[in-house]
Amino acid sequence: MIEIDPFIFRLSIFILSIFIGYYVVWSVTPSLHTPLMSVTNAISSVIIVGAIIASLAGNSENIFDTANIFGFLAIILAAVNIFGGFLVTQRMLQMYKKKKKDK
Amino acid sequence: MSENLSAIFYLISGVLFILALRGLSSPETSRRGNFFGILGMAIAIVVTFLSIGSFSSVFIYVLFFLLIGGSIGAFVAFKIPMTAMPELVAGFHSLVGLAAVFVAISAFLNPEVFNLGSSGDIKISSLIEMSIGAAVGAITFSGSIIAFLKLRGIMSGSPITFKGQHYINLLLGLSIIVLIFYLCKTQSDSIFWRIIAISFLLGLLLIIPIGGADMPVVISMLNSYSGWAAAGIGFTLENTALIITGALVGSSGAILSYIMCKGMNRSFFNVILGGFGGTDQSPSGKSKEQKPVKNGNAEDAAFLMKNASSVIIVPGYGMAVAQAQHALREMVDTLKKNGVKVSYAIHPVAGRMPGHMNVLLAEANVPYDEVFELEEINNDFANCDVAYVIGANDVTNPVAKTDPQSPIYGMPVLDVERCKSVLFVKRSLSPGYAGIDNELFYRDNTLMLFSDAKKMTEDIIKSLN
Repeated sequence: MIEIDPFIFRLSIFILSIFIGYYVVWSVTPSLHTPLMSVTNAISSVIIVGAIIASLAGNSENIFDTANIFGFLAIILAAVNIFGGFLVTQRMLQMYKKKKKDK
Repeated sequence: MSENLSAIFYLISGVLFILALRGLSSPETSRRGNFFGILGMAIAIVVTFLSIGSFSSVFIYVLFFLLIGGSIGAFVAFKIPMTAMPELVAGFHSLVGLAAVFVAISAFLNPEVFNLGSSGDIKISSLIEMSIGAAVGAITFSGSIIAFLKLRGIMSGSPITFKGQHYINLLLGLSIIVLIFYLCKTQSDSIFWRIIAISFLLGLLLIIPIGGADMPVVISMLNSYSGWAAAGIGFTLENTALIITGALVGSSGAILSYIMCKGMNRSFFNVILGGFGGTDQSPSGKSKEQKPVKNGNAEDAAFLMKNASSVIIVPGYGMAVAQAQHALREMVDTLKKNGVKVSYAIHPVAGRMPGHMNVLLAEANVPYDEVFELEEINNDFANCDVAYVIGANDVTNPVAKTDPQSPIYGMPVLDVERCKSVLFVKRSLSPGYAGIDNELFYRDNTLMLFSDAKKMTEDIIKSLN
């Protein structure tokens, strides 16, 4: 039997994740749409994984060669987003309160 | 760490991201959801460190840059006022886009590291994936910068249009595709740089014709783009966490754009092609302004609301601009002490981003179970005594239901005119974003309160006490 190209598996994961995203996001309550945007922002910064590989596995004799520098820059940008995104989401979510029962 | 083991951990972090979004289905579960998101991110980063294994001197630099970025992010997250949330989100989108471009560039310059072949002989499939990632990332970056400048008020919110704009965009888009094709044939550096440069330009041109109040759609759309860019890079790096996340974020942004477009009864393309509203004033505008309106002051408003049994608050972008949310909550507290039933009605496109009003009200300690969406509350206006419209305009205009000629015809609106009386806080009679007159201003049961939203609300509080 001919082996299936691993790309097909990744494509399947991709397509199925779009469907998961579709159903999960429709169930998000409209009042939390702003936190939804900030949290999706934070998680899409998992792109930092690529930046870390680029800079760590690169040329260690010459730390600041061009490919590494782009890796480092990407790490800074993604890190701003990860910390900023999750913390600002946390800050917003803490404000959402229910009516106090007493009174 | 073996490749298979780290792939499983990436899958786990992908699942945690799904749970993070799932948590947002209600405010009670949302904080736990955010925690899942943080956990997923931590797993992904630690696994990446472990999978590389060799901790050379570069590792220190990586940690250093991680900390720099992290502290900037944390600082911004704590300092930013809630009213600036739309700009912040636009700014964050631009960072994701630029990070995607940078990762694509380093993969292109140093493909051995990612097992993509060698420089000048990169696998065709990887080349396509990384150039799509870079192109979408670049569009996200420059588009978000424009959105940021418009939201921040550094750039005018009115649409910038010129002749042949859409053809130029189309041409740029096509040339990106053609260049990617040639890149695969020649593996040439200069073509790769050209793809990125053209994508930056395209991002700018795509967003400049879109006006200020269409920003909810733009932000959602850029949110979606940043996801697709991440997914493109995920394919290049063969990383499951990145592919799952990219797909989640991409579809999330797309759904939000759809909801926003529906809230304005306009097609996605109509918004994207831009040029709606803004500067073109109708010549009949002047004669209309001479129609009589009932002009009231804070005491009249206080009297009306105090004697009402129920009041519905309709906030809009003007409330955000005037930072009136805290004063508003105070006013509502006073009314409640007087036995008035108060609720809030939020139109899907009120404000400059999805859920904008909800966050501001939450900031002012308004319990979220007093805040209602359009469909939930629209029937209650008929049984309500007073509607307090603060900083909203087009979303209350009954013309959307009655006049097929109107540009906003068919847009779902809040039926405030069915209230016994309507209080309109507004600085002047000028038309709203859509550039059309709101006939509510001239109705018998409407009282116009000409003032700044915050100042008027504070004056009403004084009169109530």
